[in-house]
Amino acid sequence: MKTWAAHLAVLALLLAAGFLLSPYHMTNLARILVLATFAMGYNLAFGYTGLLSLGHALFFAAGMYAAGLPIWHAGLAALPALGLGLAGGAFAALAVGVLALRTAGVSFMIVTLMFAQAGYLTLLYFNATTGGDEGFALPATGRRLFGADLSTDVPRFLAAWAIFAVTFLATLALVRSRFGRVMVALRENEDRARMLGINPFTTKLGVLTLSGAASGLAGAAYAILFGYAGASFATIQYSILPMLYVLLGGAGTVAGPLLGAILMFMLIEAATEVTSAWMFLVGAALVILVLFAPKGILGALRTRLRGLP
Amino acid sequence: MLEVRALTAGYGPVTVLRGVDFDARAGEVTCLMGRNGAGKTTLLKAIMGLVETAEGTIRLSGIDLHDLPAHRRPGHGLAWVPQGRRLFGPLTVAENLEVGGLLHGHRREVREHVLTLFPRLRERLAQPAATLSGGEQQMLAIGRALCLEPKVLLLDEPTEGLQPSMIALIRDAVLRLKAEGVAVVLVEQRVDAVLKMADRVAFMAHGRVEEMVEARKLEHGARQFLDYVGV
Repeated sequence: MKTWAAHLAVLALLLAAGFLLSPYHMTNLARILVLATFAMGYNLAFGYTGLLSLGHALFFAAGMYAAGLPIWHAGLAALPALGLGLAGGAFAALAVGVLALRTAGVSFMIVTLMFAQAGYLTLLYFNATTGGDEGFALPATGRRLFGADLSTDVPRFLAAWAIFAVTFLATLALVRSRFGRVMVALRENEDRARMLGINPFTTKLGVLTLSGAASGLAGAAYAILFGYAGASFATIQYSILPMLYVLLGGAGTVAGPLLGAILMFMLIEAATEVTSAWMFLVGAALVILVLFAPKGILGALRTRLRGLP
Repeated sequence: MLEVRALTAGYGPVTVLRGVDFDARAGEVTCLMGRNGAGKTTLLKAIMGLVETAEGTIRLSGIDLHDLPAHRRPGHGLAWVPQGRRLFGPLTVAENLEVGGLLHGHRREVREHVLTLFPRLRERLAQPAATLSGGEQQMLAIGRALCLEPKVLLLDEPTEGLQPSMIALIRDAVLRLKAEGVAVVLVEQRVDAVLKMADRVAFMAHGRVEEMVEARKLEHGARQFLDYVGV
C-alpha cells in the first residue's frame, strides 16, 4: 500500500506542478511527461528484463506515424489515433522481437539498431506519404480530445499527464505482478529461469511488445500534442534518449524514467545556455553518473528504500 | 525413474561425456563423484537440456526427454540446483519461491512444505535473496527447486563452502526428501557427506561412469575414493 501511495503522490505532485508553472514550463512539463512515458516503455525491456535495445526509436516512430498519418491523410480523430499509435508500436516491437530475440547481448543491440535504421530509411523513401525528412504538421481537427483543443497549454498538459499516469500505474501493477517477477528473473539469470520452466523467448517477446506499445503510445501522443511528425524521431538519437533517461533515473525502478527525463531535460536546458557544445557537458555529467551511481539515482536509493519497485 | 543410456555430449567440438550410463531411483540418493573435469556437472546439464547431446537417451519415468527444450523439462519432474546457487538476488525470498512455483500455480501447500523443511527461510521471507548468508542462500536455492514438485532433484555440490551447522541442515533436508520418495542426484566431493547420505555412488572419470557402487559397501579410504577422487 505504501508503494502505491507513494506513486499516487508523485502523480498528484506532477499535476499540481503543472498548474503552478508558467505556460512555457507547463508545455515543457507536458513534453517531459510524454518522453518519460517513452522511457517507461524502454525501462520494461531494459531495466526490468535486461534487453538492451537500440531500436526503440522505431517503436516510437511507429506509434507517431500510425497515429499521425491517418489524421493527416484521412482526418481521423485524436482518440482512435492514440489507439492506433499504441497498436502500431506494439506491432512493430512484436515483428522486430520475433527475429531479434533469437540473438542476445551485443548482437541484440545491433539487430534492433538495424531494424530502426531500416524504419528510418523507409520513412525517407516513401516521402510522398510520410512527408520524408521534413515531416508534416497535424491538422487542428485531429488535435481535439473530448472537445478540448490539444494545441492549447492546459488541455495539452492534462492529456500528457493522463497518458503518463495510466502508463505509470500500469507499469507499477505489471512489475509487482508475477509476470514482473519473471521479468526480473530473466534479467538476473536466464538459464536459471529456464530451469524453473519459464520460456525466455515468449516471455521476452511479451515484454518487448508491451514496451513497444508504451513507446508507440508516447510517439502518438507526441505527434498529437505537439502537432508534428517527422523522420528525425526515427533516428538513433531517439533510441539513445530513453536509455539515458533510464540510466540517469534508475533502471528497473518505476519512477526512474520520470526522474531521468526531468533531470536530462533540465541539464540540456542549462547546458545550452552556457555553451553551444552542450552535448559535451551532458556527456561529462553522464560519465560522472556512471562512475559514482551506476544504478542511477533511484537505483542507488533503492538499497535504502525498499518501497521502490 | 531417471535413465541415462550411452549419453555422449559436450560443448561444440569438445566432447565431455562419452557414453554415460546412469540411473536414479525414487527414494534414493545417488551421488556422483569424480575429479574436476570428469563430467559430473556436464551430465547434470545434459539431463536438464542445457548441453547438446550427440548420442544416447535420457528418459524420465519412461518419457524420452531428448527432443524437449530445456524450459519444458522441469514440467516433467526435473529440478536442478546448480553449483553457486544462482538466486535472483534483487527478489525477496518469497518472490524467489513464487517464481519457482509458477509452473504449478505457486501452490500454498508446496510453499509451506518448503518452509517446514527450511524454517529459517520463513523468518527471511521479505528479505532480498542477495542479502542472505551462504547457507540460507543454499536453502533457498533448494527450496525454489522444490517448488517445482520434482520427481528427480539434481544437486550440484550443495554443501560447498558452508559451515558444519548449515551442512547438517542441508543433509537433513536431503534425507527427508529421499524419505518422501524424491530421487536425489547429488554431486559431492566430500567423502563423509557421501557416506552419510548416499544409497549408491557413481564414480566418473574421462566422461564415463566407471563404477556404480552401493554406498553401504564403501568406507573411508576405500579404493574407489582413492582412484576416482584422490582422497
